[in-house]
Amino acid sequence: MPEPSPESGRDIATALADDEHRHALTPASAGVMAGGVLSGPETERIRRKGLGIGGWLCVAWLIVILFMAFFGSKIPGIPDPVNDVTTPRLGWGASGHPFGTDGQGRDVLSLIVNGTYNSMYIGIVSVFFGLVVGGFLGIVAGYFKGAVGGVLGGMTDILLAYPQLVLALSVVTFLGNSVFWVTVALAIVSVPVLARISRASTLSWSEREFVLAARAQGAKHGRVMLREIFPNVLPAMLSIALLGVAVVIVAEAGLAIIGAGVNPEKITWGNTIQSGITDLTDAPNIVLAPSFVIFITVMALNFLGDVLRAKFDVRESAL
Amino acid sequence: MSARRRRSNIGEERFEAAPLDGPLLDVVDLKTAFKTPRGLARAVDGVSFSLERGRTLGVVGESGSGKTVLSRSIMGLLPKKTVERSGTAMFEGHDLVTASDDELRGLWGAQLAMVFQDPMTSLNPVMKIGNQLTEMLRQHLDITKDYSRELALALLQSVGIPEAERRLKEYPHQMSGGMRQRVVIAVAIACGPKLLFADEPTTALDVTVQAQILDLLQEQQRERYMAMILVTHDLGVVAGRADDIAVMYAGRVVEKAPTRTLFGAVRHPYTEALMRSIPKLAAPSHTKLTAIGGRPPDIINPPSGCKFSPRCPYVQPRCIEEEPPLIDAAEQGHAFRCWIPVGTPENRAALDANVKAGLESAIAMAAV
Repeated sequence: MPEPSPESGRDIATALADDEHRHALTPASAGVMAGGVLSGPETERIRRKGLGIGGWLCVAWLIVILFMAFFGSKIPGIPDPVNDVTTPRLGWGASGHPFGTDGQGRDVLSLIVNGTYNSMYIGIVSVFFGLVVGGFLGIVAGYFKGAVGGVLGGMTDILLAYPQLVLALSVVTFLGNSVFWVTVALAIVSVPVLARISRASTLSWSEREFVLAARAQGAKHGRVMLREIFPNVLPAMLSIALLGVAVVIVAEAGLAIIGAGVNPEKITWGNTIQSGITDLTDAPNIVLAPSFVIFITVMALNFLGDVLRAKFDVRESAL
Repeated sequence: MSARRRRSNIGEERFEAAPLDGPLLDVVDLKTAFKTPRGLARAVDGVSFSLERGRTLGVVGESGSGKTVLSRSIMGLLPKKTVERSGTAMFEGHDLVTASDDELRGLWGAQLAMVFQDPMTSLNPVMKIGNQLTEMLRQHLDITKDYSRELALALLQSVGIPEAERRLKEYPHQMSGGMRQRVVIAVAIACGPKLLFADEPTTALDVTVQAQILDLLQEQQRERYMAMILVTHDLGVVAGRADDIAVMYAGRVVEKAPTRTLFGAVRHPYTEALMRSIPKLAAPSHTKLTAIGGRPPDIINPPSGCKFSPRCPYVQPRCIEEEPPLIDAAEQGHAFRCWIPVGTPENRAALDANVKAGLESAIAMAAV
């Protein structure tokens, strides 16, 4: 192959430059140049595609749960759990009692429906508290990496290392076993978990250049945390919070089973399971029916948390 | 009168501050070092320059030469705990080196602003463009929400964003890199800063957009009579746009001069090497690109003498023993750090001697 002479080299260079020039004027490349303009509505359409069948099933189940929580025995066909007492320990599919009755003759379906409010209340309120307090502490700890971060991080680690069941147990034992105190106990347990996650997320976000850019524009620390970091940390926090609600619902049941949960007079899913423990061999439906409801609810929350996390993950769609 | 009515204007702020005589920014012997487990990393080591209003200083150097650290150090954006700074950087009567955080916060955005390298990461991904602009405006200028919207719209239009109205409601990921960099520039100039740092503003963009962004910066700078420090590794970028150029190597300014002078009469071997490494369109195809052999020096344990000596084709014993000071050249405003500057008979003799001695960089240089 002959060596290209300087002359032909220059020709190629000019030809290339010409080609580039022409190319820039064709409509096709104009479309590419305007890519930013076109991609706007397009990306929106993709992102709004929805939750998928699984996601909508989860939403449907959670709506059923909310319905049960707010209407309880007002739903037709659901007997009153306290006053309508019949034969104890009826099995699956007894007439009028599809899930049977418990040791005191209470309708299990009615117990589940009426327990929804308390169980969900404990789950949602305690995680919300954990989200607010833990999220705040986590962002502050992650943003100020120095002494403040060290102290807060250390406190979080101590709380995490302390056996959570014992922590919840002691709160309930010393302060009382009302729905409120059980909620407080589980809220305290959930704070360090959520603080940990928001701290980790903040650590990575606060290294990003836009945080430095915000500071270079004269934003104060509080403003940087609230406006720059918090909105970025929030999606991850929310999906973790949904999982957290599921964990707390299970924890409520766990506390009830070892007798350290909400006062047995109150109807919760955990207490319903607890009341069936002694009759496990004769009437397993008393334990299995509410367990199954918890199982479905936890699955729905976990799945929805995952779907939402994927949907709101900015990094996936941004780059 | 209520605070809401007291609309201060962008233009107004400019006339409030210090007297107009003397340079806007006067940096004297600025040193910035990072504390590392291996020792102090002297990223900026005794840099001095001054910058007048409305002028552009191009800071050029390869990766690791300290140019980004220089701009962040002057701004005061580096973490306090791990960084040691000394020297002075006088900006309108404030010494930026000793200024408190609160003092700096008042200057940031309003007087000093920065355009960052990568527009993909310097905008908040979850905040609408409009909000990122109005937030900045409302923080520094005591204005109403509606008025800040108007200003934001005008700003977007002035940086050449089509359909600005609609863009205000969009998120950064819906825009291309060039558009984002325009937004970043709009945010930076929003409050009419007197000094704009542009830290490799085009490095992350493709070549066709680079020129547009640089033109935009220049146009805004002229219109607003801002001073600008344009940091880049590309001499071609600053060639037509900077009034003065400072070439940095290993944390020091090795040569500084007005742009024309520098390109006309290069004195420092490093500047010469940088110029040689610009690819030439006229060169035959398959020509090997000229590179600078070796690597940038370790700034924790820098070489003795001239920092460029290990890579210099003209190196002489004196260069290794003794570090050259900044020597004034014949031309006005031209200074360099070299014992045997390019273009002198001594320099030619040094090259010949090095070729005979078999120094690789000298042989490569002589072959061109």
